[in-house]
This record gives sequence, structure tokens and C-alpha cells, in this order.
Amino acid sequence: MNIDEILHTFIAESRELLQDMEDALLRIEQSPTDEELINAIFRAAHTIKGSAGLFGLDYIVSFTHVAESVLDRVRNGELHMAGELVAVLLSSCDHLALLIEHLASGGGEPAAEIQEKSAALIAALHVYLDEGAAQTTGVVVQAELSLHGSSEGGGEVETDLWHISLRFGLDVLRNGMDPLSFLRYLGTLGEIQHIVTLLNDIPATELMDPESCYLGFEISFKSDADKASIEGVFEFVREDCLICILPPRSKISDYLRLIAELPEENLRIGEILLRCGTLTQAELDAALLLQHGDGSEPVRPLGEVLVDAKMVQSPVLEAALGKQKLVKEHKSSEANLIRVDADKLDELINLVGELIIAGAGTNLIAQRVGEADLLESTATLSSLVEEVRDSALKLRMVQIGGTFNRFQRVVRDVGRELGKDIELVISGAETELDKTVVEKIGDPLTHLVRNSMDHGIESAETRLANGKSAKGTLKLNAYHDAGSIVIEVCDDGGGLNKQRILNKAIERGLVSEVNNLSDREIYNLIFEAGFSTAEAVSNLSGRGVGMDVVKRNITALRGTVNLDSIEGQGTRVTIRLPLTLAIIDGFLVGVGSSVYVIPLDMVVECIERTAWENAGGDGRYINLRGEVLPYLRLREHFEVAGASARREYVVVVRHGENKVGLVVDRLLGEFQTVIKPLGRVFNKIGGIGGFTILGSGEVALILDVPSLVRPAVNFETKVQTAAASGLTDQRI
Amino acid sequence: MNAIAQINKSLPVAAAGQLDQQQYLTFMLSGETYAMGILAIKEIIEYGNLTEVPRMPDFIRGVINLRGAVVPVIDLAARFGKSATDLTRRTCIVIIEVANGEDAQDVGVMVDAVNEVLEISAGEIEPVPSFGANIRAEFIDGMGKINGKFVIILNIHQVLSVEEMSTLAGVNGNNAESAAA
Repeated sequence: MNIDEILHTFIAESRELLQDMEDALLRIEQSPTDEELINAIFRAAHTIKGSAGLFGLDYIVSFTHVAESVLDRVRNGELHMAGELVAVLLSSCDHLALLIEHLASGGGEPAAEIQEKSAALIAALHVYLDEGAAQTTGVVVQAELSLHGSSEGGGEVETDLWHISLRFGLDVLRNGMDPLSFLRYLGTLGEIQHIVTLLNDIPATELMDPESCYLGFEISFKSDADKASIEGVFEFVREDCLICILPPRSKISDYLRLIAELPEENLRIGEILLRCGTLTQAELDAALLLQHGDGSEPVRPLGEVLVDAKMVQSPVLEAALGKQKLVKEHKSSEANLIRVDADKLDELINLVGELIIAGAGTNLIAQRVGEADLLESTATLSSLVEEVRDSALKLRMVQIGGTFNRFQRVVRDVGRELGKDIELVISGAETELDKTVVEKIGDPLTHLVRNSMDHGIESAETRLANGKSAKGTLKLNAYHDAGSIVIEVCDDGGGLNKQRILNKAIERGLVSEVNNLSDREIYNLIFEAGFSTAEAVSNLSGRGVGMDVVKRNITALRGTVNLDSIEGQGTRVTIRLPLTLAIIDGFLVGVGSSVYVIPLDMVVECIERTAWENAGGDGRYINLRGEVLPYLRLREHFEVAGASARREYVVVVRHGENKVGLVVDRLLGEFQTVIKPLGRVFNKIGGIGGFTILGSGEVALILDVPSLVRPAVNFETKVQTAAASGLTDQRI
Repeated sequence: MNAIAQINKSLPVAAAGQLDQQQYLTFMLSGETYAMGILAIKEIIEYGNLTEVPRMPDFIRGVINLRGAVVPVIDLAARFGKSATDLTRRTCIVIIEVANGEDAQDVGVMVDAVNEVLEISAGEIEPVPSFGANIRAEFIDGMGKINGKFVIILNIHQVLSVEEMSTLAGVNGNNAESAAA
């Protein structure tokens, strides 16, 4: 038995558990009584303690033990998850991570300062252990998820009211109950906004029995109480009367939210609705009776029965059903995860790459031989290889949500540090990208987020003075677009001040005084090294070392980064990264005797051009159905020897919103290729993104479309700005 | 010399101090005989199937496909500032593993012809002349005496320094780009 290997597993698992713990701690601030989160935190601490005990890691065990005891108290309802406690627990979580890292880098007794820190945190945690009776407020009760203080919409909205339908039974008066007293009692729970007495049941005077009750009421009731308490008001007459309590509109959304937050157990619909407070136990029992009826009818789904009996609103029911399904799905998918060594994955992908090349070679030979059977067989082989390729590449894809969620912590901590209240909104968390890209994009994103928080979003006073809400919003968004993945960091802060940037750039000699830079070019100036318009340097930013590193990191991933801003309203940073790293579908083109490969997902269309339509002079652009399309002659760009062919083709490629036409001699068809990296020798060529090996064994060059598009686009904007400023006769 | 010969590469590559080792491969380049230590040599192959790479300095002739790996091919004569090598029947590519910081990269070197592997003891190696050799001093490790004649022993790691080559390639590329733009 290899202790070392097991230790590695322990370290890896502990890291994951600590990450879960941190996530849960961050979320629990918003919902302090959420059972599931508390359990998750407790479980994490408990597991780490147990496993550490196996290895005899006393320093971890003793520390975790205290934390676990505190969490146990929270779990039992003796402690409430207030902000302070969360802060201490977060520090403990960080400290545990430190201890785990210490273990990972060699172990042994930790240094004196680590031990001191442990002692300090243990002391802080002990405070919570000794607080007994003082913390009984906010007791967590098992079956009731409190709705108090969680309704949305603070105003006096008409529809924000409970609706109670009462039909008193005939014998109510005879039983000694007075409808009025019930209504009065109801009034103690809240305010009866509107009441309509239903008199249509009262028979004609001759037939009326003075001891029978024919009354019904429809009440609009404003209250913060939950359904069970309201129902409790009518406890004594429940058997005789028809009582229907419908939650107000805002409460429905509460119910919906509650249903979503229910712990992930396999609950039956009835239980789900009960837990969220839509149903009371009595109603559930009645409905169950109804459902099973007299046994002669087929059993209807409980949900239907409940909606029919008006005990539950249908949107709430649908939410509960959806939740049930989701829980089932999660359960089945959770159990199917397996840990795989990243190296093994890489090896697999390499082999798949070689398989593709070999397959391409076989294809070529088959085509040359021309035999129908062979061709069919190689075609089947090719399509299978393609599927294997896709599956293998998907193995390395990881959701970006994990990275995004880490930023909750960053935003929280930095927000505290800056004294700004900033909310992080995440969308597109399910977008997947390659594992290595996810790892490398973390740092640049962190810097951008900190920048937005430090420079972008203004202080609360400034915001209020400008008519914005005091709380700033930072949005992280990710989505796929034409073979790339796009990540956006948006803030609703003060935006970029063009004039200041321009002035600073002129001051630093980056641009001359006379220039006609487009807005985008001005914004992109901040990516230059050493650039910063911040007046004050904080330890977060302002020194001007961040943005150029960000740009370099992103360019190293073969991506691009752009800035957009509206002064006073906000800024948006858009990062574009290529999706697949190793194997792509390519489009082969020939120029002279050389063969080039263009990534297929960037190709928009191919046009044949024998005569050139220039929009004037040497202008290097053509008219593509009314659109200005700058073009690039690959022959010139790559200095290929030989004369131009008479008939040329233009391959229109797209990167982001920019299109460029590439002029080539021959179109050679689609081809699946394995990207071989350039290596340091060829890294600096503009226009080439990699090598690939064709079926014939020859090496072909893969075009790096973004770098080809860039100079052409700059040219295009020059043309447009020149035309706009009436300088069309100037040679560009 | 059309055979494909594989030389044992189990010994780690030494960046400097090549003169302690004894065996050298001698080869012809522009009519002159040169030598290089064999420790860094992985294999010798025929010249063929070269794909040109655009906008590269002259001494980088292109790339070849070496069993699935893309290996750049350098023309040594051009690297030394002489005219480009002509292709003959005896032209070969010597694949050398060049240390590059922590990782190693395979680079191919075009030579006119490959001669034999010889042992040259340290005593028979004279120090580098301060002038007279028409290639840069840092490329030469020493002058070896073979049969009464002198042979230039190359410091192959300096010649094929990836740093220098990539810088040169970058400069070339940038020049070409700004010219074409």
C-alpha cells in the first residue's frame, strides 16, 4: 500500500472540499438558514478531520476539530450564521487551505507563524463554542423554511395580498362559533384590506333558518404570516367550512425560490410543497384522500388534485415538479464522476491526433486506387475517427462556471477592502472550454475584475450623486461564437475617459498630438506597458503593470482582448479565445506551390474573382454585396514566388465582427488536421498559427486568422475615417 | 552517405564543456570540413520533403515532417553568412537536440555531406583563433587536428541557439509585415 499516493488523493480531495466549503460559506450569507449549505460546510470540515486523523496529521486534526464543533452547534440550531461567524469561518477555511498546502509541499511540523495563526483562529472559534444561551435567536427549525422578511417588492402593491375564500358551513353557528370572531382574530395576524360578504347562499326569508350560517367571505388579506398560521386561525371550523387560502403574487415567487432551494433529497411532490409552505399538513392529507378517492377511479397525480382543489397555485406546482425532476437527474449524474490523471488524457489526445493523420493518409491512397469498396470502408473509418476525436476533445472541456464562482470570494473581499458594495452577476457558467485555457485565464480575469472594482465602479456617494444605485454591478458572461469562446467582464461604473487616456498617451509619447484614432484604438492604448491614468496608486492597481500583462497572457492563448466603454455608464472588456487547441477542421487552399490551412469555423464563404472591383485606386478592398471587404493577397503577404494565377479565389474569413478576404490560387477542400505547435523558432511569424501534417506527409502551414485580420481591419478603419473626414484623395 | 543512421541519445545534452568528450562527427560545408560533438546528435536523414515557411531569415530553410513531429531545418552555410547550400545527392539533414532552457527542441541542420565519426583527444584541440576564421568566434569551440589538417569544431548549441534564431525570425517577420502593410 503506497502511503504517498493516498496522501496525494487526500490532498486533492481536501482542496476540493475546501473549495466547496468556501462556496457554501459565501452563499450562506444570503440565506443564513439554508440547511443544505450548513450541512455541506459541516461535512467538509468533518471529512477533512477524519482523513487527516488517518495520517496522524495532528495539527490539521486539532484545528479542524474546533471548527467542526462550532459548525455542529450551527447545525443543531444553537448558533446563528451571522456575518461575524461567517467571516471567522472563512478565515478558518483559508487557514486550512494553508495547512493543506504546507502538507503538500513536504509536511512535517508547520512553521511557528502558522502555528500561531492556528492558535489565534482556534481562540476566535472558541468564543462561539462558549456562547450558549446568548445565541438562541434565529433557531433553525426542521420543517419550516421561514418566509419572514424575504418577500420581494416592498411597496403597497394591490396584488401583494393573500386571498382567503371562506364558505362557512351551515352548522357553524350551532356549534357555538361566530364567523365574526374568526375575522377579528384574523385581523391580529395582519390587515384585512378588503372583504366581500357573499350573500347569495341565503335563501328566501321564509325558508331561512336563523341558526344556520349561510355566509361566505372573500377576503384580501395583507400579512407576513405563513399559510399554516393563517389556516390555524380557522382551526375550529375547519371541518365544517370550505377554506381556500391563496398566497399573494409576491409570495408565489418566494415559494418558487424556496422550492429551488430545497435540499436535494428525493422528495415526493407532496413533501416538497409541504416543505415550502404552499401546503399545510391538513391540506395534504385531504388531498391525498381525494387522490385515492373511492378506489374506483384511477389515481390521479397528486399535483393535479392539489391544483384542482385550489390548494396550490399551478406555477408553484410546476416549480415543484421541475425540482423533483432536477433532483433525480442530479442524483444520477453525481454518482458518475471519475477522477482521471490529466496526463493520461493528453496521451489519449495525442494518439487520436496521430490516428487522424494516419487516417488521412489512408484516405488519399484509397482515392488514388479508386476501388469502390475501399473508398466506402475508408469513409466509414473517417467518420468514426471524427467521432472519437470529438469525444476525446470533450474530455478536456471544463465548465467555466467553476472559475467564475471563485470570483464571488474575490468580489466580496475586494469590496470589503474598498468599502464598495458590489454585486457579481454570473451568466453562461455552463460554457465549456479546454482545461488548460481555464487554468490560464484565471489570472487575467482576476486582474480585470479587480480593475473594474477599483477604477471602474465609483464609490457609493459618487454613484448616488450621479443617479445610479449605490450598489455597483459587475457582470461575468461567457458564450460560444463561431469557433471561439467569448468572455465578457462588464461593470456599470464610470466608464473610460477618452480624453484622459489620450492625454496620458500623448504625454508618454505613445501617440503624436495629431492623430485620428478611433474610439476603440484609444481604449486599447491602456494595454500599453506602464500605462495608468489613476491618480492614486493603491496596492490593488494603479501602478500600470496589470493591463499589458493581461493582454500578453491572452495573446499567448491565441486570443484577443478588446475594450468598449460609455463614459458615465460603464465598461465592457471582451476576451475572445479559440475553442479547440489540438485538432481542428481545416480548409485547404493553395498559393503557388505552397499549401495553407484555414480553420474551417472562421471561413464564411468563397468567391471566385477574375476581374477585380476596386473601390478606387489601389484601395485594397472589394465590394461584397454592398459591404466593404478588405482583402489580403496571400501570395504577397507570404512572399510566395511565381506569378499570380489568372483565376483567383477569395476566401472570406471572419474573426469576431471583422471580415477579411484572403486571395488564393486554388481551393483544395476540407480536411481534418492536427495542430502541431510552432515552437519557439517560429513563434514570432505573423500570420501563421501552427503546422499540420497532410495525408501525403507534407507539412502545411495553418493561418492565424486574427493576426491576418488585424492589419487589414486597421486599414479598413483608416479608409473609413479618411472617407469620413473627406481625405479620400490622400494615398493610404 | 545515404543510409539513415541513428546515434544513441541516451546521454544528456551538455550545453558547454563539449571538449571533454571524445567523439566528433565530421562533415562538409561549402567545401570545408567541420566537426561537431556527437552527444547532441539524434539522427541523420536524407534531404527531402521540405516545406518552406514564409518570412523567415535565409538560414531557416523550412520544416520537415519527422515521424509526426515538425522540425525546422537550418542551412548552416547561410547561418554563417555564406551563400546558400546547393542541393546534391549527398546533402543530408542532421537532427540535433538543442537545449532550450528546460526543454529541448529538435532542430535539423543541412550539410553538404557527412563524413565519419572520429575521436579527437583534448590534447589535439587548439584554442579558437582570434581572427582568421570567417565565422563568428562564439560559434567555434576549438580547432581539432586530424591527419595534420585543422578542422573547425563547432559549438552547436550556440549556432543553433533558439533564442537568437527566434529573435532574428521575429525581426524578419516584423520587417516584412511593416513593409507589406
